[in-house]
Amino acid sequence: MSEESKEYAYFLGCITPNRYPGIEVAAKKVFKEFGIDTKEMIGAACCPAPGVFGSFDIYTWLPVAARNLAIAEEMGLEIYVTCNGCYGSLQEADHLLKNKPKLKEKVNKILSKAGREYRGTSDVHHSIVLLHDLIGLDRLKEGVTNPLKGVNVAIHYGCHFLKPSEVRGHGSAETPYILEDIVKAIGAKSVDYKDKLMCCGAGGGVRTADTPTALEWTRQKLVSMIEADADCMINPCAFCHLQFDRGQYEINEAFGTSFSLPVLFVLQLVGLAMGFSVKELGLDQQTTTMPEKLLR
Amino acid sequence: MGTIEDEIIECGGEVFGEEEMETLMHCVQCGKCTGGCPSGRITALRTRKLFRMAQMDMREEIFNAPELWFCTTCYTCYERCPKGVKCTDIIRVIRNLAAKEGHMSVPHRKIGVYALKTGHGVPITPEQMKIRESLGLDPQPPTTQKYKEQLEQFQTIFRETGFDALIDFDWDTMSLRETETKTETDTESESESKSKSEEGEKK
Repeated sequence: MSEESKEYAYFLGCITPNRYPGIEVAAKKVFKEFGIDTKEMIGAACCPAPGVFGSFDIYTWLPVAARNLAIAEEMGLEIYVTCNGCYGSLQEADHLLKNKPKLKEKVNKILSKAGREYRGTSDVHHSIVLLHDLIGLDRLKEGVTNPLKGVNVAIHYGCHFLKPSEVRGHGSAETPYILEDIVKAIGAKSVDYKDKLMCCGAGGGVRTADTPTALEWTRQKLVSMIEADADCMINPCAFCHLQFDRGQYEINEAFGTSFSLPVLFVLQLVGLAMGFSVKELGLDQQTTTMPEKLLR
Repeated sequence: MGTIEDEIIECGGEVFGEEEMETLMHCVQCGKCTGGCPSGRITALRTRKLFRMAQMDMREEIFNAPELWFCTTCYTCYERCPKGVKCTDIIRVIRNLAAKEGHMSVPHRKIGVYALKTGHGVPITPEQMKIRESLGLDPQPPTTQKYKEQLEQFQTIFRETGFDALIDFDWDTMSLRETETKTETDTESESESKSKSEEGEKK
């Protein structure tokens, strides 16, 4: 990614615009502060979810992902995403199609019926990687007006942000550093906890087909965050965000518990540190509420 | 038809690579996948067992195993496998094969319905449109659900690949075909996918 690229196509996906628009607002606001303009991808669809549609039919998953990529290509822009599922799907599809000419030909034959063509000219970036690598930690620190001193943050990476590491290219999935760097830069503290690298439990169609299993999974991870004295948890994935935010309500209903750990998308926590309000970042429109510590 | 290994290579090879699919046979049952599997902690999923069953060509047993669908595709096993087995990709391909034979749950097929109707696995709701507006966003995101012609492009792809038949989707009612009402509204394409749907319901 080059320094000059100041405009990006924002691939919204499903959960961000349709369930957590606060994430969409946070991404646009934070990036604007750092001189990155967000352009809408007219007609983009579901990514489609790599563990769901990829589990049903890879030959449908791939052309649908390629169509989404083609929209950004027509705009002449690279893509950023706010969901690990979208990242997984679009980056994997792009990776496969760039390396397999025959497959690309096959996919384009299907896309031609929909009036589109995949060329392989738009790279796919995770918004959090753009923040870390393109904007950089120095500029991020400069943008902080409200350092989150004394706030204990449980970092949740989700899965497809880091894995498969050979495709993602963000180092070892066992010793990640990107979110830790960001948390430090905004003055907060990342707390280690037992299940830190565990999946949220929602992916691969598990939440859809067996919600109680997904909730028990999430419950275990929440317990381990709370045991580590976390004031809040952050995530780089709209789907994990839903599983932890809406999921806490569902867990409390199902298990008679009273979890209330605040859930923030990384750019929402960064937004708070940059002086945006809870309301501006849509954090008053979700299930979990923000603690006093974050309201300063 | 050959072994399930042949089927996995045939189905997944073109997308993920034949060599990658062949790594299934490299599994030496060390169990590192299962040891690190977050799902295995709370479900019956034993990735090692699944791969042994595949190596032994226990086709029907795998397709009928409910735990096949307890993998969240977290890639932990894929990252850690000392023999380089492309676990997560192979599991997805096995699921593709199972789905083709009708082993697909109703909630999963319904995700397909949402997609075919709106272009989204999780479409917008009136409540969320209000929240979007309060945040200064367009109530309707500029995606397939907003533009008829864009949605049609998306639907065209699903028709081309036969995804509609895979989940037994009825374009007239824009929903899953009800098994009960089948005999009344039977058409050629319906009877093709009929057995598929019935098996799916059972599961």
